[in-house]
Amino acid sequence: MTTITTQQALVITGISEILQEVAGTPAEDVTPEANFAEDLDIDSLTMVEVVVAAEERFSIAIPDAEVKDLVTVADVVEFVRRVTG
Amino acid sequence: MPSSTVPRAPLGAPHARVLGVGGYRPTRVVPNDEIVHRIDSSDQWIRERSGIAERRWAGPEETVAAMGAIAGAKALAQAGVTAERLGAVVVATSTHFAQLPAVATDIAERVGARGAAAFDLGAACAGFTHGLALAADMVRGGSAEYVLLVGSERMSDLIDHDDRATAFLFGDGAGAVVVGPSPTPGIGPVVWGADGSQRSAIEQTASWLELREDPGRSFPALTMRGQQVFRWAVYEMAKAARDALDVAGVTADQLDAFVPHQANLRIVEALAKAIGLPGEVPIARDVVDSGNTSAASVPLAIERLLSGGEAPSGGLALTIGFGAGLSHAAQVLTLP
Repeated sequence: MTTITTQQALVITGISEILQEVAGTPAEDVTPEANFAEDLDIDSLTMVEVVVAAEERFSIAIPDAEVKDLVTVADVVEFVRRVTG
Repeated sequence: MPSSTVPRAPLGAPHARVLGVGGYRPTRVVPNDEIVHRIDSSDQWIRERSGIAERRWAGPEETVAAMGAIAGAKALAQAGVTAERLGAVVVATSTHFAQLPAVATDIAERVGARGAAAFDLGAACAGFTHGLALAADMVRGGSAEYVLLVGSERMSDLIDHDDRATAFLFGDGAGAVVVGPSPTPGIGPVVWGADGSQRSAIEQTASWLELREDPGRSFPALTMRGQQVFRWAVYEMAKAARDALDVAGVTADQLDAFVPHQANLRIVEALAKAIGLPGEVPIARDVVDSGNTSAASVPLAIERLLSGGEAPSGGLALTIGFGAGLSHAAQVLTLP
């Protein structure tokens, strides 16, 4: 199992809180491996709400063209790491 | 020496308002179950993603002109304005499949407004609210005493019935209003604009010329990037809607109705939330059994709110149209 850094843990917590707010997703379901569509039942439009909330929370911009590549929670964690350097 | 001024400038009314509204809904009702087999979908999937339970699709006799004329005649009757008094007939549509003449000339003839200026307006799903701004300015500017503004669409002719992303969304129909003079303000300042950098978010798969060059290709149809449109329609349009309230000097709690373009119930509800609309303000949800009727959606939704008693005549409504362009127009109006 890979080690989760503090920043990654903070992002996962942030995503979990966003999912709770937007879709009522239980926190324990939000693991790095969780697939938004298949495991968390987040459809494409709800995903946009998640993305917009993530932009505000992490002070980043997620272009429309990137949204389709955010398939799992870990993808968002990696995206945030990449753009916040 | 040439004179530098025109001796007479047009004289308009001090204010404009919507005096009457009318709608036409095609007779054929198409429930989700009737279309799911072509898009490998289900009634539940469609309802969850769009809130749409059914839509109406026009028959051969229910043309853009025929539907628009019926809606227009109803609006005139409600307004108590005779067709001869119309200075202009403006039609918002994206589904009149002839480059010329404008379908507005046909509708003007059908309602008995021979002689009135008649032209079409192309702003896709935002066409009606663009037209409302234009009609108000025409009445105030003196270029027409009364304007018949029609939104009429046969979206079933423009969609790809095998495209599982869009085939279930759209419906057909027509809505119309009469805009005329008023001693008090009845149509607030418009907040409008377009973002051409996003013009590929909703577009036609090919131009008519491309079809002519390659007759073997499939008929051009509407195609849409759903996530991109959703983000813009909810978050950017919330700003435009709030701006429309601000410039009209109206607060959200003073509204008697919120009538956004009926694109998708998910957009309608997310937009209301993003605006911070008080829970007691009635929200138009005509999309549930009409689908997205593009330029017809706002007047059809207004007509339904009024006829169902959900919003009062004389009340204040916030309208916002948004769609391909990406284009939008929003304003506060006094309901007829």
